[in-house]
Amino acid sequence: MKNKSVGVDDLGKRSSWVVPVLIGLVIVYLTLILYIPAANVFFQAFRKGPGPFFQNLVRPDFLSAARLTVMLAIASVPVNAIFGLCVAWAVTRHRFPGRALFLSIVDLPFSISPVVAGLMIILLYGRQGWFGGWLADRDIDIVFAFPGMVLATAFVSMPFVAREVIPVLEEAGSDQEEAGKTLGANDWQIFWRITLPNIRWGLLYGLILTNARAMGEFGAVSVVSGNIINRTQSLPLFVEEAYKQYETEAAYSAAVVLALLAIVTLVLKEILERKTKIKQVADDK
Amino acid sequence: MTTVPNQLNTPSTTKQNFFNVPWTWRIAITYLVVMLVLPVVAMFAKSLTLPFDEFWRIATSPIALATYDVTFITSLGAAIINGFAGTLVAWVLTRYDFPLKRIVDASVDLPLALPTSVAGLTLATVYSNKGWIGSLLYPLGIKVSFTRLGVGVAMLFISLPLVVRTVQPVLAEMEKDVEEAAWSLGASQWETFGRVILPSLLPAILTGVALGFSRAVGEYGSTVIIASNTPFRDLIAPVLIFQRLEQYDYAGATVIGVVLLFISLVVLFVINLLQAWGRRYEE
Repeated sequence: MKNKSVGVDDLGKRSSWVVPVLIGLVIVYLTLILYIPAANVFFQAFRKGPGPFFQNLVRPDFLSAARLTVMLAIASVPVNAIFGLCVAWAVTRHRFPGRALFLSIVDLPFSISPVVAGLMIILLYGRQGWFGGWLADRDIDIVFAFPGMVLATAFVSMPFVAREVIPVLEEAGSDQEEAGKTLGANDWQIFWRITLPNIRWGLLYGLILTNARAMGEFGAVSVVSGNIINRTQSLPLFVEEAYKQYETEAAYSAAVVLALLAIVTLVLKEILERKTKIKQVADDK
Repeated sequence: MTTVPNQLNTPSTTKQNFFNVPWTWRIAITYLVVMLVLPVVAMFAKSLTLPFDEFWRIATSPIALATYDVTFITSLGAAIINGFAGTLVAWVLTRYDFPLKRIVDASVDLPLALPTSVAGLTLATVYSNKGWIGSLLYPLGIKVSFTRLGVGVAMLFISLPLVVRTVQPVLAEMEKDVEEAAWSLGASQWETFGRVILPSLLPAILTGVALGFSRAVGEYGSTVIIASNTPFRDLIAPVLIFQRLEQYDYAGATVIGVVLLFISLVVLFVINLLQAWGRRYEE
């Protein structure tokens, strides 16, 4: 090992100024683009002390936006989780022609602009859309109502679970499942006792990312929501609306809540990444 | 052990019709069709109800062309800047040790986790004439928030993690032996970088740039807040779609939507080519 790193050490010694300069450049760039804007969220929210901040958090329109955001996540995350698990299972346990194409299609929502996603939902379920007449006859509101927002949220967060579960499922292999099958376990027993424990960290990782996107989605939800205060305004929409109404403090108070959600997501992500990495290292040995 | 794997691989033996397929497949495909295929088809179908010259007239109207200019050129600029900056970030994170490195590494994902409206809100404040950074630039005659430059800053913010996270794993797996061989054969460190590291890193960098570009083109939340959304100045295509919808001009919205979707699909195709190129020496 020592011999190998000689070259690199030399490289470092010869131009000792390069490394600190490169690190410095990275820190400056990240500070300008990420850290100052992130710090500003908290600074603006607490500029007048914690009092006004907490007052903003008990406003009825804020509370209703927060409730709606949680409802959107509750409605869309489980559906996407089931879909993601099915896709991951289908892709890892069977080889079939067009597998790569199938995976690209599953990933497609990440490439489609959220506004276009919202537009497509309006073209399907809006008054003039394909199902508009049928829905209007039955007095079912999808666009500018909760169901449309769920559709938009589910659309933009669709690929996360499949994406994170596929690699862990691939790595786990199907030997244990086949062993379970020969020993007489049924499909559910195999899933709950063998597959799920094997993929739990990958699945949890996918769920966390899905949830973060579901709670934070702005563009797609904004298009289909109509942004009706107390009815179809989720937290990210509340942030924009409050800002537009010059209620900057209210906007920043809600922004802090969403930023904390983002930070929790990143911390959990880091923990899970470390967990899966440790497991990989153990497996390698 | 002879028959069991076959039982698990039923679709290869019995794929005559939809209902013979395992239910996991049925769920996956039904959901994909309802949630993704149907909406995409609906949008293309809607655009096909327009006569072609009408479609072309809307797609190439002066305001639409101006939004493409702002959207695509600014996205491209932001993606290219992040091609350099993101590669540098990935390089520093994989090669050097410094205090708080773990936190810096984790923080790169912040733009993916932070809701875009929050990003737009805080970027608009920080880069405004009275903001922490904007107030330093304003005396130099540089206005950022509510201009096209602001749109670019928002695009830099959201596309950064895509470049870093694409380049980082490739850099981490790169064999140090090759670099050391080049080094011990007398190459300077700049030559080593330019002739040995960069060529094998290039597919990953370009993939990251393409992913960042694609994300920036579709971005709405952060850009709509930091821009003044003035036509011909800093109005981007996704905002134009939104405005058309607000005016109940579904045809107008659909045409711009189809153009955006088409560009996304082209970029996706390019990304797949780049990834195939990146894997060309594998195995």
